[in-house]
Amino acid sequence: MAITLTDRAANHVNGYLAKRGKGVGVRFGVRTTGCSGMAYKLEFVDAAASEDHVFESHGVKVFVDPKSLAYIDGTELDFVREGLNEGFKFNNPNEKDKCGCGESFNV
Amino acid sequence: MALLQIAEPGESTAPHQHRLAVGIDLGTTNSLVATVKSGAAEVLVDHEGHALLPSVVRYFPDGRTEVGRAARLSQSEDPQNTIVSVKRFMGRGVADVARYGAMPYVLEDAPGMVRLRTAAGVKSPVEISAEILRVLRVQAEASLGGELVGAVITVPAYFDDAQRQATKDAARLAGINVLRLLNEPTAAAIAYGLDNRSEGTFAVFDLGGGTFDISILKLTRGVFEVLATSGDSALGGDDFDQAILAHWRRHLGLASANQKDTRKLLMEARAVKEALTRGAEAHASVELSYGQRVAVALTREEFHGLTDALVQRTLAPVRRALRDAKLTVGDIDGVVMVGGATRMPHVQQAVSLLFDKQPLNNLDPDRVVALGAAIQANTLAGNRSAEELLLLDVIPLSLGLETLGGLTEKVIPRNSTIPVARAQEFTTFKDGQTAMAIHVVQGERELVADCRSLARFELRGIPPMVAGAARIRVTFQVDADGLLSVTAQETTSGVAASITVKPSYGLSDDEIADMLKAGFQHAESDVAARALAEQRTEAARLLEALHAALTADGAALLNAAERASIEAEMSAVKSALGDIDHRAIKAAVDKLSLASEAFAARRMNKSVAAALTGRTLEEIGGS
Repeated sequence: MAITLTDRAANHVNGYLAKRGKGVGVRFGVRTTGCSGMAYKLEFVDAAASEDHVFESHGVKVFVDPKSLAYIDGTELDFVREGLNEGFKFNNPNEKDKCGCGESFNV
Repeated sequence: MALLQIAEPGESTAPHQHRLAVGIDLGTTNSLVATVKSGAAEVLVDHEGHALLPSVVRYFPDGRTEVGRAARLSQSEDPQNTIVSVKRFMGRGVADVARYGAMPYVLEDAPGMVRLRTAAGVKSPVEISAEILRVLRVQAEASLGGELVGAVITVPAYFDDAQRQATKDAARLAGINVLRLLNEPTAAAIAYGLDNRSEGTFAVFDLGGGTFDISILKLTRGVFEVLATSGDSALGGDDFDQAILAHWRRHLGLASANQKDTRKLLMEARAVKEALTRGAEAHASVELSYGQRVAVALTREEFHGLTDALVQRTLAPVRRALRDAKLTVGDIDGVVMVGGATRMPHVQQAVSLLFDKQPLNNLDPDRVVALGAAIQANTLAGNRSAEELLLLDVIPLSLGLETLGGLTEKVIPRNSTIPVARAQEFTTFKDGQTAMAIHVVQGERELVADCRSLARFELRGIPPMVAGAARIRVTFQVDADGLLSVTAQETTSGVAASITVKPSYGLSDDEIADMLKAGFQHAESDVAARALAEQRTEAARLLEALHAALTADGAALLNAAERASIEAEMSAVKSALGDIDHRAIKAAVDKLSLASEAFAARRMNKSVAAALTGRTLEEIGGS
């Protein structure tokens, strides 16, 4: 399995990285907080950690720490627009239920 | 589902805790809102993709309002109820507004600020501005998918306190929590990341639609100080359109064009002006009433010739601002371009020629202020690490209060960065004193009489105690907008009183400078004055205490001769009080202390004896 990005998501990540002027990719992971158990996190990466798994999709490097990978393996990152709001969305096959807002989830 | 943005490494916020904050450029002609998304500031657009919201509000008889593009279109159709450029009315009285010349509005006088009579009732500039801000807030919340924690709103650097307060009031009315107000030139400098440098002096050249502002900023350790501002409130990009229109009228025989045609021609003139920013030549064809069609053309060279005088008019205020800041062009480390009109090549050229350096212009000059405000809002909302938090302002004059003898006790020294809070403890002067007057003053001088009085209030309900036993904690707090609140609390009983003031209200930069200068010039005489006042206070305190002691125990503990000698020294001190030499007073005080030493010792023994016979400590303390 792997972490993948949609075309749109990859374009946006590359755009943001270019604007920021530094960074080698994005870190995708989970944290055990939130109202429904776990929460996604998405951050810029300036330097990879040695234990990171690195995936590449549409020219974007995605860094995932081994602990997080168990919960998110197979996830596809998408960039969507909902009305005026736009941002990243995750299609995670491991997800069983999530809180109403979708910021945290359970496996 | 909530959509995520990319955070800086290690700065992911917990779910539901990313704090949505925006920057708002509340402009005279157009307003816009921006935010920081995935590490980059960007302007938020409305459903039609427009970033600029015309600052125009139209009121309907049924109370409905229309804001923005639609309202701007109805300007000529319903001028009395369509309010444009309301920013010029903020915090202004009828007399100030009258100076702007003829306007289609029905103005009403009201205390503090002018009111406008519209079809939907009498509206204050604050209410009208709130309509614009509300539209921006709703647009931002729709874009970000949540409620805003707060906003940074920009104001011109020259806005006084009344205008700033009016802006804050408008935001509150629109349901926006103001994180802080930010000077427009400072916002532009932040957008260019100039605050990341350690220091420097910058000029911000802001040529908008109808106004021109030049500001000189000085950056020291992350703090921007506005050294000088100047400008021309009747010069902007619109004048360049008018110059083209006047040229066409002269050369195409359109002198008698009606109002509708004039408007059409003016729009075409603007399009030509914008085209000439990109190309060397522009053509337009306008169909006038009665079907007449005229073809117009203009070269960049012609355009520059027509408007060179306008460009030159911007340079005099620049020189004035530099002179006011006591700087020369060589001292300027960078020039920031703000306002759509700065896109014109000959404006750019004139500015780079004057400053002898290439101005910063790679950000959209219409958006740069909002972008800077967004960056500041993101920091203030707590989405970035604390050490990056900018301290952007300092208080210009020390704040303190009056203590005995008309002396100032400085609580917050000048140049403290704000927000700031300082507390100091004071005590009572008389036995059984139940109230304390707090006089808040501003300035560098030692005597209250030489400082500026800001406010007075009283702390009442202090429990009766011997002089010096009460502990009154006075806290001075200055928020990020320079608003000062003073709280006095007696710590044993908890009684408290407080007051809020604006320290800079009505003070111009010149007056602040004068007050500072006076503080330096009078340093020596102030020290002497302080010594004198302190000595007088000490003498008065001793006389007061002895008088109370004599009344209580004089008859029991002193024989007639002893009492007479103490009383003689007391009158010596009293007459020395009039002396202007603090040493003379001190000598008399020392003699009195010596003469009353035995009496004090006997009182002490009496108290101890009384304590041993079963009286409570409170009774002794209170005697």
